[in-house]
Amino acid sequence: MIALEKRPQPARGWVIGAPLLAVVLTMIAGGIMFAALGKDPVGAIRIIFWDPLFSEQFSGYSRPQLLVKAGPLILIAIGLSLGFRAGIWNIGAEGQYIVGAICGAAFGLAFWPSTHPLIFPGMVLAGLLGGVLWAMIPALLRVYARTNEILVSLLLVYVAEAMLASAATGWLRNPDGAGFPGSRNLARHAGTDNPELIAGTGMHWGVLAAFVAVIAAYVIMTRHVLGYQIRLAGQAPRAARFGGVNAGRLVILCMGVSGALAGMAGLFEVSGPAGRISIDFNVGYGFTAIIVAFLGRLNPIGILLAGLLLALTFIGGELAQLMLGIPAPAIQAFQGMLLFFLLALDVLANYRVKLKRRVAA
Amino acid sequence: MTALLEISGLSKAYPGVVANDDVSFSIQPGEVHALLGENGAGKSTLVKMIYGLVKPDHGTMRLKGAPYAPAEPRAARAAGVAMVFQHFSLFEALSVAENIALGMEDPPKPRDLAARIRDVSHAYGLPLDPFRLVGDLSAGERQRVEIIRCLLQDPKLLIMDEPTSVLTPQEVEILFQTLRKLAAEGTAILYISHKLEEIRTLCDAATILRLGRKVGECTPRAVSAAHMAEMMVGKSLAQPARDTHTPGAVLLAVKGLSLPATTPFGTSLQDISFLVHAGEVLGIGGVAGNGQDELLAALSGEINAVPETITLNGLPIGALGPNARREKGVLCAPEERLGHAAAPEMTLTENAVLTARIRRGLDQSGFVDWARARRFAQEIITRFDVRTPGTEVAARALSGGNLQKFVIGREILQDPTVLVVNQPTWGVDASAAAAIRQALLDLAQGGAAVIVISQDLDELLEISDRFCALNEGRLSPARDARALSMEEIGLMLGGAHDMAEVVA
Repeated sequence: MIALEKRPQPARGWVIGAPLLAVVLTMIAGGIMFAALGKDPVGAIRIIFWDPLFSEQFSGYSRPQLLVKAGPLILIAIGLSLGFRAGIWNIGAEGQYIVGAICGAAFGLAFWPSTHPLIFPGMVLAGLLGGVLWAMIPALLRVYARTNEILVSLLLVYVAEAMLASAATGWLRNPDGAGFPGSRNLARHAGTDNPELIAGTGMHWGVLAAFVAVIAAYVIMTRHVLGYQIRLAGQAPRAARFGGVNAGRLVILCMGVSGALAGMAGLFEVSGPAGRISIDFNVGYGFTAIIVAFLGRLNPIGILLAGLLLALTFIGGELAQLMLGIPAPAIQAFQGMLLFFLLALDVLANYRVKLKRRVAA
Repeated sequence: MTALLEISGLSKAYPGVVANDDVSFSIQPGEVHALLGENGAGKSTLVKMIYGLVKPDHGTMRLKGAPYAPAEPRAARAAGVAMVFQHFSLFEALSVAENIALGMEDPPKPRDLAARIRDVSHAYGLPLDPFRLVGDLSAGERQRVEIIRCLLQDPKLLIMDEPTSVLTPQEVEILFQTLRKLAAEGTAILYISHKLEEIRTLCDAATILRLGRKVGECTPRAVSAAHMAEMMVGKSLAQPARDTHTPGAVLLAVKGLSLPATTPFGTSLQDISFLVHAGEVLGIGGVAGNGQDELLAALSGEINAVPETITLNGLPIGALGPNARREKGVLCAPEERLGHAAAPEMTLTENAVLTARIRRGLDQSGFVDWARARRFAQEIITRFDVRTPGTEVAARALSGGNLQKFVIGREILQDPTVLVVNQPTWGVDASAAAAIRQALLDLAQGGAAVIVISQDLDELLEISDRFCALNEGRLSPARDARALSMEEIGLMLGGAHDMAEVVA
């Protein structure tokens, strides 16, 4: 019989070793799947993990994409992780991301065609406030009406999507766009654009913000009283109240921070990689960030690595579809395998596997 | 007659500690056998081995003459060994019957189970409604759930880990009647306790452990409590020293404090008034679930009251939060150590920050000064003799008594003006309890006002200057504790009529 025995402390070796082993196991299991589909397994794995970064043919395009895709994931996931640590479940980052993008874009378009240097900072602020505003609805309802923030924040995603559609087809539509839905292109206009800061890296203001958020979250969680209170509230709510933590204020704060970061992520996206408000502007970063947050153990450094890894599989997956004709569901199954192995092997960090014979009672 | 359980040469070592070293004793059928020892004497490890939670390194056990080596608690239960733990493992959101069904291998239909629960609870004088939510039960009632859960398995040996630490004298009497009835029917009981007088009234035999070794056995009725205490501690115990003194000015005044219940089955506080003077210990007695938790929450600031109903030095503090009150010198130590007074998964250093951040300056402009926090945690550990490998150990890893010392020490070392403690010595061994009581008396001696909420009447009479009783959310007027007889206290507690029903 196989038994799991809890370790007194997580094993240091496995904390690092488990993710590496998970990637290797995913390659093996995924390779078998690709082979069964009649594709070259080694080639497929190489296209997913290696070519996006190192192939001469593709890396020119896909290497910058790594940061472009990982940036919003990390930025949103960092915000979510603070609340998740405190037992506050903001599932609606996607909605806050959309509202942030709409508010930021609206601010920039309001001054069109001005190129004043304060316009972009104003857009960032507007995006941040838009995200906060959207997150405050579930936060205030939870504090003052005892509703469940999971449901409210999730359902508000669909409201935000409806608002996005109305903005793209109505009040933010490009007046010079011949009636097509979608706003003016913010990325191609000096003053409203979120440019690539270092050419060929994909690094834009949003990626920079994500890195700053990682560092700030790390400092807050380990050194600041707020981080202490967040951990306390998540682990022992009653002790937190005894310790003077105001639960309602913590909910508003954590929801506010996650809304702010999601809103900023939306703004950086709409003014950079996406370029404009369109009906299909949101591609699920807000939801994927939940996976990133948990994959990173709600730890800022972990989230940074998880965001990069997930972004890599997205880019590599697209490349594999394109180059080898591997069907999209197979790519998704492959990504699912990665998550599965990561979470399954995580057990090894906290538990020790023991083989023992069943003893008759 | 062969012994029911025979233990010979049991040893168990953990890295760095020898928990049990060559322990041997035997329990006869129908015998109430006491297991005595200080915290860390190895009692818990020993019963865990009997219950199949821990595997011994050496030694053998024989149950009814046959070799007995349970690989897991299920095997122990199947062999007829049941255990009531000191910390209950119950789901608060489930009913009594659901909780009991969860622990069974093959639970019967809910209605049949409820009927069986009622039968057993009547047969043994432990009234319990199978359909009530565990979350609404008092500690004493929760213990009944655990006991009935065991009795439904029809055990041959029942292990009880400090069962009376949460009970009132009346509840203790009911429990003892139950245990005596079980013993008369042939069930052996292994009874772990620090309360020597209880052991003398209840137990037929006693095995005494110190530092993992068996240091003696005795017939409790034939020896004095002091003698057993000496065997247990290895030295003689000092009674808490106290001087008679005249109390100083009124520090904390509560006047007309009323609060609605916070949970559907909670207790509402009704028109509570009392004064505490500098240099005084006020004892508040009462059966669990009569508003103790609510009173502590109102005093700590976890529940807000009308500002003027609670005043400190004449200034209203009733509407201040916990940290604002700490700033003013009103400190509290709640009853529930894990999850309320301390966060179980956090280290002792982190738990030191929980309440001492403000008064001990453990943060600077919002950033926690972890080095300072660690020094403060170390200070608590040293001053209050908390047995732990260090400051970076999770609170849950400490034994109940050691964590209690840490929690009380954390508040006392913050130099409070008013200290409120709820059940300060629950589950703490005799010498540690004496140390905690002495620390509380010293604090009062130094001019602080101390409020001790407790169910342990002996403790209250030992340290209180004045005594009042909490019953159904109402507080009796305070009386001079030294002039009270047990009967008067019984009347003050006012819960006697409830207990009479229970016994009948």
